[in-house]
Amino acid sequence: MKSLMDKCCDKCQSTVENQCQGYIKCRLEGPFCHQDEGCKEKRAAFLAGINIPAGSDKKKILICAGTGCISSGSLKVSDKLVEELEKAGLTGQVKVTTTGCHGFCEQGPIFIVEPQHVFYTRVQPEDVAEIVESHLKNGQVVERLLFHEPSTGQTVLEYNNVNFYARQQREVLHNCGHIDADSIDEYVANGGYLGLTKVLSGMSPTDVVEEVKKSGLRGRGGGGFPSGLKWQFTQQAAGDKKYVVCNADEGDPGAFMDRSVLEGDPHSVIEGMLICGYAIGADEGYVYVRAEYPLAIKRLTTAIEKAEQYGLLGKNILGSGFSFKLKIKAGAGAFVCGEETALLNSIEGLRGMPRPRPPFPAVKGLWEKPTNINNVETFANVPLIFRKGADWYAGIGTEKSKGTKVFALTGKVNNTGLAEVPMGITMREIIFEIGGGIQGGKKFKAVQIGGPSGGCLPENLLDLPIDYDSLTQAGAMMGSGGLVIMDETTCMVDLARFFLNFTQKESCGKCIPCREGTKRMLEILERICDGQGRQGDIETLERLGNTIKSASLCGLGQTAPNPVLATLRYFRSEYEDHINEKKCIAGVCSALLTYFIDEELCKGCSKCAKVCPAGAITGVVKEPYKIDTDKCIKCGACIDSCKFGAVKRG
Amino acid sequence: MSMVTLTINGQKVTVPEGSTVLEAAEKLGISIPTFCHDPNLTKPGACRICVVEVQGARNLPASCVTPVTGGMVVETHSAAVLEARRTILDLILANHPLDCLTCEKSGACKLQEYAYEYGVAGTTFDGERHDYPLDDSNPYIVRDMNKCILCGKCVRACTEIKGQHAVDFARRGFETKVSAPLDNPLGESECVFCNNCVTVCPVGALSDKQLLGKGRAFEVEKEPVTCTFCDAGCEFDVVKRKGKVLGVAAKAAAVGRPLCLKGRLGLDFIHNPGRVNPPLMKDDNGQWVETPWEAALGLSEVVAKLARLKD
Ligand SMILES: Cc1cc2nc3c(=O)[nH]c(=O)nc-3n(C[C@H](O)[C@H](O)[C@H](O)COP(=O)(O)O)c2cc1C
Ligand code: SF4
Ligand code: SF4
Ligand code: SF4
Ligand code: FES
Repeated sequence: MKSLMDKCCDKCQSTVENQCQGYIKCRLEGPFCHQDEGCKEKRAAFLAGINIPAGSDKKKILICAGTGCISSGSLKVSDKLVEELEKAGLTGQVKVTTTGCHGFCEQGPIFIVEPQHVFYTRVQPEDVAEIVESHLKNGQVVERLLFHEPSTGQTVLEYNNVNFYARQQREVLHNCGHIDADSIDEYVANGGYLGLTKVLSGMSPTDVVEEVKKSGLRGRGGGGFPSGLKWQFTQQAAGDKKYVVCNADEGDPGAFMDRSVLEGDPHSVIEGMLICGYAIGADEGYVYVRAEYPLAIKRLTTAIEKAEQYGLLGKNILGSGFSFKLKIKAGAGAFVCGEETALLNSIEGLRGMPRPRPPFPAVKGLWEKPTNINNVETFANVPLIFRKGADWYAGIGTEKSKGTKVFALTGKVNNTGLAEVPMGITMREIIFEIGGGIQGGKKFKAVQIGGPSGGCLPENLLDLPIDYDSLTQAGAMMGSGGLVIMDETTCMVDLARFFLNFTQKESCGKCIPCREGTKRMLEILERICDGQGRQGDIETLERLGNTIKSASLCGLGQTAPNPVLATLRYFRSEYEDHINEKKCIAGVCSALLTYFIDEELCKGCSKCAKVCPAGAITGVVKEPYKIDTDKCIKCGACIDSCKFGAVKRG
Repeated sequence: MSMVTLTINGQKVTVPEGSTVLEAAEKLGISIPTFCHDPNLTKPGACRICVVEVQGARNLPASCVTPVTGGMVVETHSAAVLEARRTILDLILANHPLDCLTCEKSGACKLQEYAYEYGVAGTTFDGERHDYPLDDSNPYIVRDMNKCILCGKCVRACTEIKGQHAVDFARRGFETKVSAPLDNPLGESECVFCNNCVTVCPVGALSDKQLLGKGRAFEVEKEPVTCTFCDAGCEFDVVKRKGKVLGVAAKAAAVGRPLCLKGRLGLDFIHNPGRVNPPLMKDDNGQWVETPWEAALGLSEVVAKLARLKD
């Protein structure tokens, strides 16, 4: 046995062509078809090598090899570790595993010692020798490399006690960062393909659809459409050929949950797609991944090869008669290609432009065949539902939004990264407990949720339990789960301008309200930020925004005005200040700022006067200097040049 | 075929299942504006000028691509619909040269028609406008992309009817445009001059060079004829002004009516003094003589018999 997936002895009758129904269970508890203590022990030993039991004298090091940690040098750390272990003669005792993303990339490279869960962060190659010598050889934890809680400054030993993780409920991400994504053995050892086993050993396609409906799972790609219902539509659509498509386009700026799942646990997506294929009667699937995710594509390719090698993709899977093949399509990275019908066009080799719906993909999808499209995270939820049960799943979350959601936390919070939390949690818990509060002790202002399609929530909505419906009601949107935290230094008009600039550039250009309307909204916002706002601009933005929302063809146009309308709803006075008072209270819109010199602080060094390109600063050496606001071009060079902090902007 | 009954503007109408709201409205004589819709081409639902209000729908769906359902309640000219249509026209005009006075399309332009119908005299926006150079490179077609409203009809006509696919959309956002591959001028494309695109363009972005400056829709008469150059027998319009033939234009974009270059350019024959009208046959001396049609077609006997039978 070289792999957990191999047969224990020649008595095993399972082959790829004629696979045993209990193939997966047998890897964990087998053999079943013959009594042999030797075979049983072999399997148990193999499993213990993967998940090292607590109290064992062996150790396993998890080094994150997600995109984030690789870019902070984790592969060099792991090379160095292998080298140092060899030098120390510990190679047999300590297993080194490179994993997918832990979601805490800013602390990378992340280095975990199992089975004790010791959590080292920002480990560099030069730290490795010390960890090996002190911790792995002599059992002495290296204090200085432990994580420091930003709010308290205290060090934390185990990752599950770090605030960032303690408040999370990692279900979809349970394998991410904890298994070697390239190893099908590790996936199976942790319950992988048990969901599929359950489905293929006795459930009818309708049972499967009913189970998904019962779980309450809703699409994680943005819209939150009930997944069971979508599967049912595709199942009931007439057609001899059907497709399953996984949407891994992930175009929201700042979102990377889908990438992390594909990089850290690709088999969970394959398993979810297999279950869906069986339920709707499809024998072929596509994963549409953006080409900017080369590592995700590589890991997924390996996972597909492994699944094919062991008969979990291909013909007659688990002896059930169900066959399924899976292909990857690399997308060229247009935001609109994440829209499901544009995505289908793109797979077909056409320009990524949305199609009118109806007909919905469930009826006429890929090459006009009934097609079920779900998001990566949606598919990754599916195996859990079958392994742990729909009732268990439906027990998590709120009345209408079940399960967990992975959020990408960015912006002005102390801990940024991926956080998986139960639906119904409040924004306050995410930002102040998981996120560790606002950076630099500044004041929280708003959180943008749902990326360019979403909206912002102000401070008085921090205690809103978040689910699909509460967010939509508040003028935001779950979207893919991007959370950008903003403090008092963020200008809300500028924020709206930023997102509209994105959607305008990414509009496919097909329909007039979106293509031309977002352009005019953007121009108005640019004007307001530039101090050229006029009376009536706010009303025009609202009028235009509402027309674009109601008359556009696809979700991009239908949601593009949201960031503007939401900021107008909660921060209208900022717009009014920009237009009427020509003031930007956050100090962001440079055209609206005036520069002046604080006479108390100015030492009269003349440095600012020398750097000012407009010659707007004059004065006598050793006496306070002055800025002529008429001449000032607001470039900010003086502020950067003053050593005494005497130049002010406001 | 099963039928579906719905209510449009308070009137009940019954249409075959699978019809669109636009078709159902047409049946009631209600006119809904369209730019990108053409019954002979696939339906992209792109321009959104045809939006209507459907009771219970979240947004304003485009009537040209929305299938009817039983009991559907539709308003084609409600306040919300008018607001959306006016905004769309306003947005088009914000990026459209208003040179109707000299535009070839004047009088047959859909933008002009709807601006009049909906009372949109100009744009309320001031901002960037496209400033593309005139594309005069094609021997038979002039393209003014500043007038293009990106309805995509030319792309579909060229791809779906001619199968030529000489043009398609390029770029994204405000920069989106219809272009030949590599943004080359149309003269350096795969264009075969079928002029299907010119026929379908709802505005003055594409013009037939032959007809340039010779008269606008309201100044010319059109006479439908069948082309005799080959046995395809394409139907087209002979465009005349004060009785003088100016040119030939395709009637509509449709399969079987591709209107080839021969048909359009063979026009010179009409004014050729050497053109032969009655049939000629060689007499016994080998000389060409005018002959009645019956004789030329070898049908003299048959015609004579028919004449006898008629008596
Ligand atoms: C402009 C636009 C971009 C989108 N991008 C994505 C994306 O990157 N990933 C995704 O899963 N869904 C995206 N969607 C949503 C998809 O259209 C579709 O609803 C989703 O893939 C369905 O899967 P779900 O039901 O599992 O959420 C996007 C939608 C729009 C309108
Ligand atoms: S709404 Fe925007 S992105 Fe969607 S089809 Fe229209 S132009 Fe394209
Ligand atoms: S003339 Fe015909 S071939 Fe040329 S671009 Fe127009 S439709 Fe295409
Ligand atoms: S050139 Fe005419 S037909 Fe072609 S997209 Fe533009 S407006 Fe439509
Ligand atoms: S005519 Fe219906 S969308 Fe253009």
